[in-house]
Amino acid sequence: MLLPTDHALIKATEAGLPLSPDPYGELARRLGCSRAEVLGRLAGLIETGAIRRIGVIPNHYALGVTANGMSVWDIADEAVAEIGPRIGALAAVSHCYRRPRHLPHWRYNVFAMVHGVSSDEVIGKVAEIARLIGPAARAHEVLFSKRILKKTGLRLAARPAA
Amino acid sequence: MITLTATDRIIINGLQGGFPLSERPYADAADMLGISEGELIERLAALVAAGAVSRFGPLWNSEEMGGAVCLAAMAVPAERFEAVAEQVNRHPEIAHNYERGHELNMWFVISSLDPERITSTAAAIEAETGLKVWLMPKEEEFFVGFRVEV
Repeated sequence: MLLPTDHALIKATEAGLPLSPDPYGELARRLGCSRAEVLGRLAGLIETGAIRRIGVIPNHYALGVTANGMSVWDIADEAVAEIGPRIGALAAVSHCYRRPRHLPHWRYNVFAMVHGVSSDEVIGKVAEIARLIGPAARAHEVLFSKRILKKTGLRLAARPAA
Repeated sequence: MITLTATDRIIINGLQGGFPLSERPYADAADMLGISEGELIERLAALVAAGAVSRFGPLWNSEEMGGAVCLAAMAVPAERFEAVAEQVNRHPEIAHNYERGHELNMWFVISSLDPERITSTAAAIEAETGLKVWLMPKEEEFFVGFRVEV
């Protein structure tokens, strides 16, 4: 769980890390604490998974990686724990989750969002995943988005007053 | 599309995680990438300004921020699709909504700070549209290695 002081840290890094040689020292000055405290807290947040990683967050649309397909997989319940992490670890997969089936209407229990420069590339990557999983995947499909009907940003923290 | 220099590619491909927690992290990361600290800072600023990089910094796990998020899907008859999209989108709890090529042709994300709003929003949409809303909550997340290669 996040501590109250973490919200100040989220807000201070919302636009990114300071692009200066001592970014953690600069954050510490803004937050009124020491660099060691900032480093310790960031290390803790990475360990608990509250921070997924620190680095470049590419704008994949600007970089031409514009196609994505939601691949859905029917994987035997007892095999999911072994296979799920292998799908998630692939470079082309941005999200990978186990979700409930809704039988008989919906048989798929693993969802993996697959990205590429074209829908053909996405289809090729899904075929690679199918080979990787083998017969444990009893069926799969790729659902391409045809149209965005609504998109509002999920905000993590309130923007500072402009 | 943005034209990248060879150094930009090294930075984007090499720094999608693992930025050091140290006193001079840009210098340490630059060493790893085989470039200089000044070059790394300057190119990161340029890549963010050009929009090739959305941000440089921590990627927070939004679920740790509190609140609940749930994927949901509906099978909407083609002749009612636009009207149902409006009915669904009218709810402020709907963050994203996509038309997808499948019998379940409308996929949206319900999010709220109050977890009970997930089921109450789904129930409201069912009452308004007379269509079943299939809730597909995340039961487990698998480690994600997503990297954009440029």
